[in-house]
Amino acid sequence: MYDIVYYHEAESVQDAVRALTEHPEARVIAGGTDVLVQIREGRFGPCELVSIHELRDELWGVTLDEDETICIGPITWFHAVNTDPICQERIPVLCDACDTPGGPQLRVSGTVGGNLCNGITSADTASTFFAFGAELVLEGPNGRRVVPIEKWYAGPGKTVREQNEVLVQIRIPKSHYEGFTGEYIKYGKRRALEIATMGCCCLVKLADDHETIEDVRFAYGVAGPNPCRSEAAENIARGKTVAEAAPLVGEAALEDLHPRDSWRASKDFREQLIKEMTKRALVEAAAKGGSTASWK
Amino acid sequence: MEMRILSCTVNGKPVQVGYDVRECLLDTLHDRLGLTSVKRGCEVGECGACTVLIDGVATDTCLYLTAWAEGKTIETVEGLQAPDGTLDVVQQAFVDEFAVQCGFCIPGLIMSAEEMVRSGKTFTRDEIRKCLSGHLCRCTGYQNIVNAVEKATNLVNGMVGEEASGTEEVA
Amino acid sequence: MALINPAPPADSLAPERAGAARFTQVGKPVTRIDAVDKVTGRAKFTYDLLPTDHLVAKVVRSTIASGRVLSFDLDEALAEPGVVAIFTCLDEGLPTYQFASPGHPWVVDPEERGDIEDRTLMDSRVRQYGDTIGVLVAEDTVAAERALRKIKVEYEEYPVVFTYEQSQDPDYAPPIHEECPNNVQADWLTEVGVEEAGYSSMEELLHDPQYHSGSYHMRTPRQQQAHIELCLSFCYEENGQIVCVTSTQIPHIVRRVIGQALEIPWGDVRVIKPFVGGGFGNKQDVLYEPLNAWVCHKLGGRCVLLELTREEVFEQTRSRQPKDYYGEACWDDDMNLVARSCEGFSNSGGYASHGQAIIANGLGSFRFMYSGQEKACRTRALTFYSNQATAGAMRAYGVPEATWAAECMVSDIAHDMGWDGADFRAKNAIKLGYEDVTWPAPLICQSNGIQECIERGRELIGWDEKKRRYANETGPVRHGVGMSLLCYKCSVGGLELETASARMTLNQDGSVVLTLGATEIGQGCDTVMCQMCAEVLGVPVEKVHIVSTQDTNISPYGAGAYASRQTYVTGMTIKQVGAEFKAKILDYARYLKPYYNGQDLDIADSWVVDAAGRRVISLEELSTIAYYDRKRSDQIEASGTTEEDVNSFCLGACFVDVTVDIPMATVTVNQIVQVHDSGQIINPKTAEQQVHGGIAQSLGMGLYEELIEDPATGKTRNGNLLDYKIPTTMDVPDLTAEFVETWDPTGPFGNKSLGEPPCIPCAPAIRDAVLDATGVKFYEAPMTQQRLFEGFKAAGLL
Repeated sequence: MYDIVYYHEAESVQDAVRALTEHPEARVIAGGTDVLVQIREGRFGPCELVSIHELRDELWGVTLDEDETICIGPITWFHAVNTDPICQERIPVLCDACDTPGGPQLRVSGTVGGNLCNGITSADTASTFFAFGAELVLEGPNGRRVVPIEKWYAGPGKTVREQNEVLVQIRIPKSHYEGFTGEYIKYGKRRALEIATMGCCCLVKLADDHETIEDVRFAYGVAGPNPCRSEAAENIARGKTVAEAAPLVGEAALEDLHPRDSWRASKDFREQLIKEMTKRALVEAAAKGGSTASWK
Repeated sequence: MEMRILSCTVNGKPVQVGYDVRECLLDTLHDRLGLTSVKRGCEVGECGACTVLIDGVATDTCLYLTAWAEGKTIETVEGLQAPDGTLDVVQQAFVDEFAVQCGFCIPGLIMSAEEMVRSGKTFTRDEIRKCLSGHLCRCTGYQNIVNAVEKATNLVNGMVGEEASGTEEVA
Repeated sequence: MALINPAPPADSLAPERAGAARFTQVGKPVTRIDAVDKVTGRAKFTYDLLPTDHLVAKVVRSTIASGRVLSFDLDEALAEPGVVAIFTCLDEGLPTYQFASPGHPWVVDPEERGDIEDRTLMDSRVRQYGDTIGVLVAEDTVAAERALRKIKVEYEEYPVVFTYEQSQDPDYAPPIHEECPNNVQADWLTEVGVEEAGYSSMEELLHDPQYHSGSYHMRTPRQQQAHIELCLSFCYEENGQIVCVTSTQIPHIVRRVIGQALEIPWGDVRVIKPFVGGGFGNKQDVLYEPLNAWVCHKLGGRCVLLELTREEVFEQTRSRQPKDYYGEACWDDDMNLVARSCEGFSNSGGYASHGQAIIANGLGSFRFMYSGQEKACRTRALTFYSNQATAGAMRAYGVPEATWAAECMVSDIAHDMGWDGADFRAKNAIKLGYEDVTWPAPLICQSNGIQECIERGRELIGWDEKKRRYANETGPVRHGVGMSLLCYKCSVGGLELETASARMTLNQDGSVVLTLGATEIGQGCDTVMCQMCAEVLGVPVEKVHIVSTQDTNISPYGAGAYASRQTYVTGMTIKQVGAEFKAKILDYARYLKPYYNGQDLDIADSWVVDAAGRRVISLEELSTIAYYDRKRSDQIEASGTTEEDVNSFCLGACFVDVTVDIPMATVTVNQIVQVHDSGQIINPKTAEQQVHGGIAQSLGMGLYEELIEDPATGKTRNGNLLDYKIPTTMDVPDLTAEFVETWDPTGPFGNKSLGEPPCIPCAPAIRDAVLDATGVKFYEAPMTQQRLFEGFKAAGLL
């Protein structure tokens, strides 16, 4: 039993925003896999909840806009994104990332929107959304606003979302994904039911020779307090072939990323992982675009 | 906290039950409906012992508020036996393959396997391992559990080799 | 002496069945009798039996690791709606009896008691983070948790003792227990063979220049049992007794300890053990049952639930004691180990629990296992108190740790000398006829299939071929094969009391009710007990109905599920009580059929048969008459207790194949083969189950599992199933379990034991395989990715 003192099952996004505004201590709950765990830990004390769990009509599913922007409903389960035909065709690396949190049961409760709203650096889809430059649409009492993911995070476990705002859509414009292939590597201590020790997503666009890197993005989870990119690694790779870039990107990434020591992993171990994962993610992402380079 | 009434379908029967809004479905199924197969192992979605099918999807009930179950169809192992007492194909495979030891994780595992059987697919052993990876078991090393799920999915969905004869048995 | 796999002795039970088919029920893959109940959800575990109308107790825990409680402020907590009562360690009139928690039989003579009685229900002296300083009772868990957060405690704090060195510095902190001023529970030195080998000291032998020598420092982790059912009990009063329903391995011992802790007659306590969702040693300890019983009694016998959270199970029950081992060895050029020494330091935490027994037991196996060529061996076992969480028994009781130590040494020697690890181990393994001179009763290796285990495992893993194939690999990803042996005693027989009781009752239909003290906790005990009982009686196994629940009002005494003892020890009891029971049945048959007076009768397939095997009367007919006979009405029943001090050695070998990704610091275990000599196997399928599960636990110890404490506060950092990594379905490869079936003359059916041995050898076998793959030696388990990284970096591979 959870220490819940107010519970409202929202009937629409507007209703949720209203309830949140009326109850300034209330939190949004969607899939429950983060919020309920935190309530149980006693982190909030007696807790007020506004549930958007049942708002499938408004907040569930993946659609394609006229301009081929991919629009993802925030309460869509990880598993539903993973198996969605639009995502599988256009952004399969997000499907791969959605296949990694927890175990199968978590992936049919946990939502991609929750994975962004929790603000956690280890969130498995966050680095991939970061690489795609996702745009996050919030709805509050004053209407909607769009936040680019680069401006979403506000410190460990924090985002710019206001208490009475609801994330209503995650958008990935066509120019952000067209021509890119990608690879997400989750590094954990075991192979399931795992929180990432380090996560790395690489998106790469190759020239017609399938080896020269036209554009590339490297995004990371757990390399800092929030998901982040490494421009240094991107800059050094651009214009080179995959084979030329592979040995260089890891060291370059360390110019931007400054992981810290913790009981879970030491700083130098995390640095080793960043180096190796950056390289492998590039090679594997490029392989999907036809490159024959090897990381070995 | 206030009490509400939940209306849903549990193991094929329409159910109305009073619940405290603070409850998760694990509490309601176990404590109020007496479905004791729904086990508490961690309360935070890490062990899978409380897994049931909600609208056919294997779900951890410790992280599922009872309020969300309104109108849903819920299944637990208590509902799997045929009216004449015959065990369901997954249950029988777990018995025959010696997949059961202490048995605490088993009802949840059976429900995940049930979802696999109903998918109409067959699975490689690696795929089975992945589909069951939301369940922790400390007794079995998973070997016989994977064997049992492989057997059940092949019996129902496989049409080749030795499994074909078994398909007719369960058909 | 022709001890190798001797032919079965003429079996008094069934002399006509000598040879391969001598058993009709034992040795068969009988379906587990609890399987259907467990797949249908009908099997009731402790929580499933909880009455709806109950109160909830939560332990009030210290938020420091060492110190003393000075005062409580309970006002706010008591004002929380739903709170029923709060009892604290500063209350007047608490029971003062200091009790010992481990699951061992009581020792009547105080001089002989090995377990340290160092606990009370609650104590103002805080000895570990989360120590019990009170208990709170509320109407539900939400009210209880809210109130817990509102309790204010004032402490006097002491420096936190974490290491052996700190524990030995009298200026650093006050003793953790006043009765133990130096914080050392025990320090035992065992040295064998030095004089006989012609040396004046072990040091002289170890450093004899004619031999090679080496020294080693190994560490093993605080591994947790991590059974999936939590630790919980509920208590209520009925019929003048406190009834405690609990998930335990040791129901009769729980009754005794509740009686002691509450200072009430033991018969005033009734303990009921329903189905148990795993124990692995954690529940071979009396945990919170006494506190639960006491608080129930304080509240007038109302039903009170005391269920720990998963976090509490990790932090506040038991675990393997973390250990340091300092080893030395010397060996010659002909693959002979000449002498070994191992000093082990075990950190039991704030209380002794099983204390010194664990490391001492482990180091015994260190000595036995590689005694084959050895001239001398020295072990030192030391257990100390610290302010860490209290550790206790976990499956295989110190032997996985000591085997890690022994195998690190053997693995290094074979690697450095360029010897084949399988050949080296085979040559130095324990031999048939080995007698341990340190054991109080004869402890002799009476059956020995270790060579066959090694041969078979070597073949199954493809050892020789893989050794060749992997030999010259370079690059970031490499492969290796590795192995380890295991050696484990069959029980505690000879050292401690080994006793078991059984009762057999004939039903009207000729079936038998079997009531035991032996405890099913998931390992399959009930099934094999039924098989053994059926074998002894000459009835089909389905005619034996076992009472799975132990209820101390009903069940005969048994010490419980530990030491892998039940099949071996209770098997002997079943054999003896079964013989008496059968004699009573046959006696009644002669009463009904006086023609057979003076003739041999037997029972086969539920019929009384004559010496020629001809059917005389069915058990069903006999029993129905016996119940209702107007002249000699008799519910035929036999019961009894046996105690034993025999013992023998279970043996085995594990082989693994691994892939090591050096830059990513990961080990993937591709294949595991484990071959056991546990004598005759009572049920090959349930035996295989035990092996599979043990392998996965050892794999966890080798790669993933350790509880980590914050050195500043003593609080456990990873006490949950996400951060404490037990292997998932995706971490365990396909497993191969096989048996080499020797005949052990001490076992009731030629059997030895099997419960714990499977969890011993996989971790060191993985270590050996990583060495094979990379040339890097690891000494600390688990080989986490962090440690692999550090090791590869230090070796220049990164």
